[in-house]
Amino acid sequence: MSGVRVLVGTRKGAFLLTSDEKREKWDVCGPHFAGWEMYHLKGSPADPDRLYASQSSGWFGQIMQRSDDGGKTWEQVGNGFAYNGDPGTHMWYDGTQHPWEFKRVWHLEPSHSDPDTVYAGVEDAALFRSTDGGQSWQELSGLREVKGNLWQPGAGGMCLHTIVLDPNDPYRIVVAISAAGAFRTDDGGTTWKPINRGLNSPYELPDPDADVGHCVHRIAMHPSKPDTLFMQKHWDVMRSDNAGDSWFEVSGNLPTDFGFPIAVHAHDPETVYVVPIKSDSEHFPPDGKLRVYRTKTGGNEWEALTRGLPQSDCYVNVLRDAMAVDSLDSCGVYFGTTGGQVYASADGGDTWNPIVRDLPAVVSVEVQTLP
Amino acid sequence: MIRVVLPAHLRTLARVGKEVQVEVDGPITQSAVIDALEATYPMLKGTIRDQTTKRRRSLVRFFACEQDLSHEQPDAPLPEPVAIGKEPLYVVGAMAGG
Repeated sequence: MSGVRVLVGTRKGAFLLTSDEKREKWDVCGPHFAGWEMYHLKGSPADPDRLYASQSSGWFGQIMQRSDDGGKTWEQVGNGFAYNGDPGTHMWYDGTQHPWEFKRVWHLEPSHSDPDTVYAGVEDAALFRSTDGGQSWQELSGLREVKGNLWQPGAGGMCLHTIVLDPNDPYRIVVAISAAGAFRTDDGGTTWKPINRGLNSPYELPDPDADVGHCVHRIAMHPSKPDTLFMQKHWDVMRSDNAGDSWFEVSGNLPTDFGFPIAVHAHDPETVYVVPIKSDSEHFPPDGKLRVYRTKTGGNEWEALTRGLPQSDCYVNVLRDAMAVDSLDSCGVYFGTTGGQVYASADGGDTWNPIVRDLPAVVSVEVQTLP
Repeated sequence: MIRVVLPAHLRTLARVGKEVQVEVDGPITQSAVIDALEATYPMLKGTIRDQTTKRRRSLVRFFACEQDLSHEQPDAPLPEPVAIGKEPLYVVGAMAGG
């Protein structure tokens, strides 16, 4: 019988939530790496037993973990993230130049085809790749050559938080950085270009349509339409139909277009989910109502999904890496909150139930659909 | 043998108890002890000091003989009681406030 495994990263450890295809009863396993910040865990599409995890601590730095048995046991792998050559400087909060300094791994993206190949998005923003199962890491430093000296940290740090691998073209990768914008390589990571045309950030940037500097929060893609990308920007929900060469706004009737996560339905590339947050200064749902919004038309026309979600006095946030979908026949949608709840919908978002209610603040949610 | 007391999170990573012992050749300094510690327990690389710069991580402290040695030069000799194994070198996670 098929099932799902939800990988949850929290501020104080990792949790694995498993269920069968009905997704009604759940086993909760954890905390793994208790007391550590688990920014992200993700499984290999090529081998679902191969998991990677980013484990970090303000005291003791970055640790990388790998499992070869679906999270039953873990092995510490390499944590040597050295920028190529002299890493140079980037813009600091006060407008001065500041040396590039590695802080932590925000996001892990395993290859579609090779369990030993995995990408890591780090703070200060850079992209690393391992081809030996996480034992060693090499920077794809051409990315920072795209006006890296002009990038500057947002409030959460200058992090590379989104890595989208084109399933049909192993040489094409899209990444997003706060607060630098979106970038694409078409040659496997050697050269990059900014893909921010159409983004407009009048409240964040002196030049609202600058090449770089936009605070992109998340980008999602459906594997059957890799040229169509959906973006949750700081403000604005955006869409591109040419792999990011240009973007147009699809916020439509959303109550607010500020937010962090964005996800695409597993079986319908025009069905997209966001979680609107009141504003950049009030990181909680409008009116204390936790609502996922769904469009079935690729944007602009959004409906609120509320059944099973708290509709009063709810002031949690949903972070950028904390939403995912499974690929069972009836697509499951999952998200975690800073209040420690993980909600699941087994019917594409129509109804929701909490899997767990009282975890530490949830940083990331990924889901694996198991055979 | 040099005695080193590790904080809880690093004990978990190294899969050891509260105190470990490492052998150090030559002068007994912070650098030499951390070198030996990392050689014996490679999973601790990067957790006490930066792997590239070798600088102590900012929220890690070194205590011994009721003194804070965190700001001593990495190549300065450690106190005699540490060097002869009478007292341990404590690797400590700094207080975070709150």
